Amino acid sequence: MSNEVKKVTGKKYLQNFLKYRFLLSELVKKNIKLQYRNSVLGVFWTFLQPLLTMLVLVLVFGQVFGRDIARVLNYPTYLLTGRLIYEFFTQSTKKAMRSIRTNATIVKKVYVPKYIYPLSNIISTFVTFLISLTVLALVMGYYMIFTDTPMRLTPYVFLSVVPIFILLILCLGVGMLIATLEVFFRDFEYLYDVFCTLLFYMTPIFYDVEQMHLSVPVKIVLMANPLYSIVSMFRSCVLFGEMWNWNWFFYAFGISVFFLALGFLVFYKKQDKFILHI
Amino acid sequence: MGKPVIAVENVGMMFNLNNEKIDNLKEYVIKFFKGKLHYNEFWALKDINFTVDKGDRLAIMGLNGAGKSTLLKVVAGVMKPTQGVLKVDGIIAPLIELGAGFDPNYTGAENIYLYGATMGYSRKFLRSKHDEIVSFSELEEFIDVPVKNYSSGMRARLGFAIATAVSPEVLILDEVLSVGDAKFKKKSEGKLRSMIDTGITVLFVSHNTDQIKKICNKAIILEKGRIIKSGDACEVCDEYIEMTKK
Repeated sequence: MSNEVKKVTGKKYLQNFLKYRFLLSELVKKNIKLQYRNSVLGVFWTFLQPLLTMLVLVLVFGQVFGRDIARVLNYPTYLLTGRLIYEFFTQSTKKAMRSIRTNATIVKKVYVPKYIYPLSNIISTFVTFLISLTVLALVMGYYMIFTDTPMRLTPYVFLSVVPIFILLILCLGVGMLIATLEVFFRDFEYLYDVFCTLLFYMTPIFYDVEQMHLSVPVKIVLMANPLYSIVSMFRSCVLFGEMWNWNWFFYAFGISVFFLALGFLVFYKKQDKFILHI
Repeated sequence: MGKPVIAVENVGMMFNLNNEKIDNLKEYVIKFFKGKLHYNEFWALKDINFTVDKGDRLAIMGLNGAGKSTLLKVVAGVMKPTQGVLKVDGIIAPLIELGAGFDPNYTGAENIYLYGATMGYSRKFLRSKHDEIVSFSELEEFIDVPVKNYSSGMRARLGFAIATAVSPEVLILDEVLSVGDAKFKKKSEGKLRSMIDTGITVLFVSHNTDQIKKICNKAIILEKGRIIKSGDACEVCDEYIEMTKK
């Protein structure tokens, strides 16, 4: 074990990360494996769960928000794109938030770089998210082949990796930040649950912001949500088959990098105090 | 006997007693408005100075709450000292709590990799040691069973086998010599002894003065976070026995 108490330089950090990268991959593997081990349907839940929630949302909101074909193009696909992104954000950040406490017995007994725990949870949820994207492909395929929906695939679909990458950065940053907060304030967890519910309605998952005839301040608040830009970019690529609005890109990227820097800084500054609180 | 492997200089560890109890926002806000957010300082360790040379076997003694475990955690890098410097040269194998890194839903075999990774070993290393770990822990039949179905003795055996699979430069022992049944206890003691005999450095926390006299050559006594006696193991042990008689 390298000596952690000496002043740690960047090079040392990298060495330490390389030393523990096997732990990172083991934890990611563990999270994914155990998620499916004891369920009868196994990995199918990853497909079934978004599909079922999509059906529920279509049933509930379809008549109200799904009729404006010019704006939503294909309502089930519109819903699914938004919900998959929202679900990845909330699931990964929630898991990262709890990760330090969940692994308290280890953190208290053995030296491990602590960021490994939030990081591994974000990565394993990301893998599940990538698997669940197949559902999106299936649903889109179904509507394009069997119905006369105006949706079509263009080369822009390959650009969808950009919003996904920005989303990953955002989740990492927020995850590290709230993981730190949760260590010091145990009940932050409940607040965050409420926040996630709010976020569900603030993110254009089942509605379109332009469609709603909102006053300007409300619109600005809704658009300030970085998930709004990310979801919109993703839909531009996948659903509408066009280039995204660059304002979304700059805003989402800027906010995500900001949260990444903030999250890592707060975590780094406070990590030595974790052990006194868990 | 050689260069110092562990050098502890003026190390102090302070806890905020009140602070530790507040771990939620609600209480924090209430206490903040009531003006009760003052902290009680408590020094679990203060002005600790010692060096351990290569091959030394140092016993750390003291009554409950003297700061022994805190000192081990500081040396193992789990806690960062509030003041002072700590220099450690080489690989440390902390045998502080065996099996703390196990996942109950994982099988024994999977846990070898998970726990090994937590201890900072590489995949290649664990693969090469896999059979040795399994046979030493005597769990051949149960290695594909989830650890949640293990008895506590089985769990401890597996933990011990993984933790001692390395050849570390520094071994930290916190009263782990009582692992499993009498038979395994003998085996684990034998294993530790053979590790100690290769000339590695050992930090050993125990109340058992006979064991200390057998294993260690140096000893310190902690009281209320300070070193009150240090020196040759046998002398310090006698002193400790006197101390506990009072």
